[in-house]
Amino acid sequence: MGYQVAADQGVALDAPVGRAASDPRGKISAFLAPKRKTRLALLLGAPMLWLVVAYLGSLGVLFASAFWTTDSFTGAVVHSYSLDNLREVYTQPLYRTVAVRTISVALLVTVLDALIAFPMAFYMSKVARPGIRQLLVVAVLTPLWASYLVKAYAWRSLLAPHGPLSWVAGGYTPGYGLAATVITLTYLWLPYMVIPIYAGFERVPRSLLEASADLGASPYRTIRSVILPMVFPAIAAGSIFTFSLTLGDYIAVGIVGGKTQMLANVIYGQLVTANNQPLAAALATIPLIAIVLYLLLMRRTGALENV
Amino acid sequence: MELPSRLRWTLRVLAWIGLAFLYVPLLLVLLNAFNKSRTFGFPPTGLTLEWWRAAWHSEGARSALGTSVRAAIGATAIALVLGTMAAFAVQRYHFFGRSTISLLVILPIALPGIVTGIALNAAFRTVLDPLGIGFGLTTVIIGHATFCIVLVFNNVQARLRRMSGSLEEASADLGATGWQTFRMVTLPNLRSALFAGALLAFGLSFDEIVVTTFTSSPDVQTLPIWIFGNLFRPNQAPVVNVVAAVLIIAAVLPVWLALRLAGEDAASSRI
Amino acid sequence: MRVTLGRVGTALAATAVAAVVVACSSSSKSSSGGQAASGQKPPSVPMASSVGAGEGALNIIAWAGYAESGQNDPKVDWVHPFEQQTGCKVNVKIGNTSDEMVQLMRTGQYDGVSASGDATLRLIYAGDVAPVNTDLVPNYKTISAFLKNGKWNSVDGQMYGIPHGWGANLLMWNPSSVTGTQDSWAAVFDKSDQYKGKVTAYDSPIYIADAALYLMATQPNLGIKDPYSLTSAQLDAAVALLEKQKANIGEYWADYTKEVQAFESGTSVIGTTWQVIANTINGGAKTKVKTVLPKEGSTGWSDTWMISSKAKHPNCMYKWMDYIVSPSVNAQVAEYFGEAPAQTLACQHTSDKTFCQTYHALDQAYSNQLHYWTTPQKQCVNGGGSDCTDYAQWVTKWQQIKG
Repeated sequence: MGYQVAADQGVALDAPVGRAASDPRGKISAFLAPKRKTRLALLLGAPMLWLVVAYLGSLGVLFASAFWTTDSFTGAVVHSYSLDNLREVYTQPLYRTVAVRTISVALLVTVLDALIAFPMAFYMSKVARPGIRQLLVVAVLTPLWASYLVKAYAWRSLLAPHGPLSWVAGGYTPGYGLAATVITLTYLWLPYMVIPIYAGFERVPRSLLEASADLGASPYRTIRSVILPMVFPAIAAGSIFTFSLTLGDYIAVGIVGGKTQMLANVIYGQLVTANNQPLAAALATIPLIAIVLYLLLMRRTGALENV
Repeated sequence: MELPSRLRWTLRVLAWIGLAFLYVPLLLVLLNAFNKSRTFGFPPTGLTLEWWRAAWHSEGARSALGTSVRAAIGATAIALVLGTMAAFAVQRYHFFGRSTISLLVILPIALPGIVTGIALNAAFRTVLDPLGIGFGLTTVIIGHATFCIVLVFNNVQARLRRMSGSLEEASADLGATGWQTFRMVTLPNLRSALFAGALLAFGLSFDEIVVTTFTSSPDVQTLPIWIFGNLFRPNQAPVVNVVAAVLIIAAVLPVWLALRLAGEDAASSRI
Repeated sequence: MRVTLGRVGTALAATAVAAVVVACSSSSKSSSGGQAASGQKPPSVPMASSVGAGEGALNIIAWAGYAESGQNDPKVDWVHPFEQQTGCKVNVKIGNTSDEMVQLMRTGQYDGVSASGDATLRLIYAGDVAPVNTDLVPNYKTISAFLKNGKWNSVDGQMYGIPHGWGANLLMWNPSSVTGTQDSWAAVFDKSDQYKGKVTAYDSPIYIADAALYLMATQPNLGIKDPYSLTSAQLDAAVALLEKQKANIGEYWADYTKEVQAFESGTSVIGTTWQVIANTINGGAKTKVKTVLPKEGSTGWSDTWMISSKAKHPNCMYKWMDYIVSPSVNAQVAEYFGEAPAQTLACQHTSDKTFCQTYHALDQAYSNQLHYWTTPQKQCVNGGGSDCTDYAQWVTKWQQIKG
């Protein structure tokens, strides 16, 4: 009988519901059923073990090593407590310059991506015909499968002295530097901004737009007062990716950035060139603080539910 | 009533400009895969298939591809399990620290790769080495799974939020055990979310280079590491373009299929 | 609710404990790490007494062009014959700079490295490499005598590696964009404004020595005797020169293929280079370049194959070291790269019969003129005192220069 009711609900079953009392799986389920907290603990256990103990633990050790120093000749790590590294990181003008440059680039890339992605997502969600919509989503997702390195290198080719851009623009090309870095990073992270905003737009009912128009609002008023507030958490969600991915990038910068240095280049340099892991760890506190602050800020906008 | 036609027209133009921006570099990659000049002179002096022949015979590329696929499958599998478990815990239960979980889960992907990479490298060296587990495919998979969890977590959590618990309650009322309910009621509804999360996780793991550099060993080369080593080499750079071109073309089909199978829901998949 | 509070609390406590445990047992290869000049001994690492059968694999770190397997040019391959002879399958990791090589060796995942003089002592004193039993390397006997028991590859008469070859850093330029014969480093320093945006330089703090070398010739009043032993004032002068140069730099290069690509695409037209890079560019269709060893002299490198103290395939490494300095192979490497071979008998096997003369392979006096890469330390060379700047300071200055 239960079988019938379940089938009516549209739940397809190929066996009668319920198990023989001696079935071990049934016993475990029965045992766990009333114990909410045990179930929670089991569910949460493995992921938390992984993330908290393994990941946070290793992060903790890394940042603990910021308090150590290195032997000046061999570069081996010496376990003696010292605040030198942190002091150096937060007082040296070099690190301040690079940090400011990196954060500015990250914010600029985020803004550019938002500006490009917004009309794209708007079009895909509200204007394009349903058949085209899926194709457009595929079109936006596909570049994610082209290797990040190859895309960065493609921009190197595009911006080369006698490359396609100079051929089209009559010999002009910005060359490799900060501008090229911003363009390339904007390009690389664009799909990560389009997808969340598109998802956000999907949640804006068309009836709202129609109502706004009926009440006499111009399209731009509608966008400003109706759409933007509703879609903003989604934009914030996308910005988490563009901001953090730009903050940590050192490879694309090395390919198109010419002689530009960003924060991650400096960290990598201290780690590999100087073999100075403690100083690299001290430097890594800068992006850590920046990102945690950014995440906390975005959490207030509700972005984390829209990611 | 539709949106005003001038707005629609503006949006259409802007959207297509955006798509063009997305695809011009990819078209260049495709062109350079056939470019006769190995330094990618523009306009190309001639077209050739020799790079395709070289890529076909390139043992390095093929083994790197295989390694990447295996790593991505492993990472996706782990991420699916752990991400779903975490999403269930957060969505279906109330407990202290619940809102911190979403912050915690996103941390591996939000922190710069180099920070995660160095941290995991040091951790593996101190914890796994004494146990005899050296660096290799295992450590690569562990590293990838760590930041892939969030992709599955977000998608499953979003879907669970839309699914009320009433179907599951009904199933329980009818006498199904917890496991049966999960397998026959919840899972089918979750399928498209799991699919979307798995697809994104696979893609991210496949393309990841920074964390991989710090968690791999000399003989385990994933595709991005192979590409990085050959990117500027005069005789290999065109082969790299061929590999990339193949990846782009090869990716269109699964992505499209995934979206078709999963239906409208997956089109709003979560990063 | 309370149970889970307890759970979270326990988890955090466990993390803290784990972190402390891990921190205390963390790797510190040699916290003693002595200064080379203060007479301290390197850590005692066992030396092999015999070479057994190959282990079937070999992981090495090499400079570009030292371990070619046909990937760059199908005709240039001495790795596959080695694999066939010994059964050791070779994985080569190209190290772009000495620093990278030191860091990679420290991971313990590699069996050996072709280390330049600015890496060797750091590796020896950190205990990352083992002393080499030269009796197990038959081809060692006929290596140039002036490369044996050098300050950079031995301690107290014990060799820590097998010399491979040596050469100079050169000035390279593209004649179609840079007119006239070049013979001075001034082209990339004082006179680099004319190539603004197209100058390139080696992306490593050791390049500061190149600036110091230029100052030795142009500003003798600074009193620089050795480009690697710089007092603070001398270092600041070199840094000032490099900061001026930076305005004209388009890109720095660490990956040699990046410099090849930069010259071929026209991004760079003049800069410092290795002969192998010029050979690679000239082997291509479009661009042709020229090189010269400028009149102010040059920095250079003398490379030594070293075996890791944690080598998982020590037998294969010894076989490789013997193979790479065997006469015909050393000749192949030297000709492909464009350097002086360490093996004296290699001169009979080069395809260009004047090769050894051109590269002054057997000329000790010439070799002594080059300023080989050495790790800067506090102890000045030539008895200048102990107030010289060390490598850590060079690194910080280098990052400052790059801004």
